[in-house]
Amino acid sequence: MNYTPAADAPERPAQPLEQSRLDLAVIAEMVAPGARVLDVGCGDGALLQLLAQKKGVDGRGVELSQRGVNECVAKGLSVIQGDADTDLSDYPDDGFDYVILSQTLQATRRPRAALANMLRIGRRAIISFPNFGYWRVRAQLAFGGRMPVTGRLDYHWHDTPNIHLCTIRDFVEIVDELGAHIERGVAFDRAGAPIRFSAPWWVWNLFGEQAVFLLERGDQRR
Amino acid sequence: MSVLSEARPACGEGFAPKTVVFQPDRPLLTDGGGRIAPLTIAYETRGTLNAARSNAILLCHALTGDQYAAGVNPVTGKPGWWEAMVGPGKPFDTDRYFLICSNVVGGCMGTTGPASINPTTGKPYGVDFPVVTIRDMVRAQAMLIDHLGIDTLFCVAGGSMGGMQVLQWAASYPERVFSAMPIATAAKHSAQNIAFHEVGRQAVMADPDWRSGRYQEQGVRPEKGLAVARMSAHITYLSEAALQRKFGRKLQDRSAPTFSFDADFQVENYLRYQGLAFVERFDANSYLFVTRACDYFDLAADYGGSLAMAFKDTKTRFCVVSFTSDWLYPTSDSRAIVHALNAGGASVSFVEIESDKGHDAFLLHEPMFIATTRGFLDSAADARGLAPDGTSK
Repeated sequence: MNYTPAADAPERPAQPLEQSRLDLAVIAEMVAPGARVLDVGCGDGALLQLLAQKKGVDGRGVELSQRGVNECVAKGLSVIQGDADTDLSDYPDDGFDYVILSQTLQATRRPRAALANMLRIGRRAIISFPNFGYWRVRAQLAFGGRMPVTGRLDYHWHDTPNIHLCTIRDFVEIVDELGAHIERGVAFDRAGAPIRFSAPWWVWNLFGEQAVFLLERGDQRR
Repeated sequence: MSVLSEARPACGEGFAPKTVVFQPDRPLLTDGGGRIAPLTIAYETRGTLNAARSNAILLCHALTGDQYAAGVNPVTGKPGWWEAMVGPGKPFDTDRYFLICSNVVGGCMGTTGPASINPTTGKPYGVDFPVVTIRDMVRAQAMLIDHLGIDTLFCVAGGSMGGMQVLQWAASYPERVFSAMPIATAAKHSAQNIAFHEVGRQAVMADPDWRSGRYQEQGVRPEKGLAVARMSAHITYLSEAALQRKFGRKLQDRSAPTFSFDADFQVENYLRYQGLAFVERFDANSYLFVTRACDYFDLAADYGGSLAMAFKDTKTRFCVVSFTSDWLYPTSDSRAIVHALNAGGASVSFVEIESDKGHDAFLLHEPMFIATTRGFLDSAADARGLAPDGTSK
């Protein structure tokens, strides 16, 4: 999912494309058939297409790059050129059943506002992100003394579009702050295998290289 | 339809537009309380209407455009205004779609306008012509579409004032518009837009040959005023970057300034040429009326101030396009349209095309714009069940 926070950001996507397919399948599995879905940072529209084919959803997308939007429009998808940081506030409350942010949260300027907007626009939100608490990341910083560069975070500190990285624990905390519930969560190890659901949080946070969360808006929005 | 008579009358300029005449029992009643009857609509079509009548596209022209979107314009001898987009194999593919383009009411290319004869006086309407609105223009187009026996248009598309008509079509006749492309346009005219138009109108009216709008009867034309109006308007269609790239401070056929008010600079020469070329083909009073129609355009005002209400429950598929260097109808205007469509849950795509060619970019060969249009129309055609040859699947 190509998404960069600003026009002057690097051309490369926040995550290597081929590796991010794993989370797309998991996200698609979380969405109820026939739902109304907004995919923020929809890239070339792969997820929207998948959701249309597999789940018969009524999908819309937001994408920053002109090329991505053009590819989506050519596929018959309804996609708007826009930015998760500035354009989500334009959407009315409860316009969608699900709002999806796939491998993009860490590239937004104001992640908390983006999450709050998502839970305002849709009753449910699905977010996938790379886990900065992953043990290889920790090890590079702790023992190498350098900013981590891993397969999922394949950037140097000076050219990365990923400006707001977080760990699974951090994410769970902000979800709580926003008064939302985690309906489902999945973390994957380096091989792409899901970590056992019964495992404690610290195991997820240490061995999960990336995570996908399905959130539901709480009764009271904060 | 016995009320209609179809004819190709010979015009003074020596060209014969295809027209339909609506007799006085089918008047056009205008927003301003006027009544236009008889009403002649000049139009052109390209391509073939399929048996299901499901492949028709209405192209809406801009301020000083006309019905000649493609092919050679018989009045100017130049290619049609949307030659980049309309033709065989082009996005508005004449091998696949049936394309309709009509001259707007108030215009001067065959459709009834201020230069037409007022049946009550036997003289040209002049400034007595009813002030028309974008909605009046669309009403007239709907009469033409009815006449052509078309129920639902596959697409309505147009840029600038044409884009306003697209928005009005989608709001007034949502069930008749399968898809819509409002391009480089706005849902309301801004103060700046109105201001530029007022400069143009005042230039026309300040010309002594305007004769309070009665110049036709007196055998003169306010050419100088209309040329100045066009010169000032033309600047708004370009971008600073495009002007700089094209002209800079280059001198016209001379190596040094003449220290006079001669057209020393190439940009001056260019604007003077644009002004002169324009008065050859356009009627000054028409210019007053079409600019006024744009100024009055405020779609939300007709829906209690809410643009979203204008598109409530619409099933139309929209593709909104803006251009980065367009300062006349900036991207923020397009975003306001997109915002309203989103609020209503409409199916909408929006692209801002990178271009330094200003507002005129929508008329020019812009590869990304062409690709977007092609993609949008292809997918809409699939949804509409149109085969690549334009037949209904």
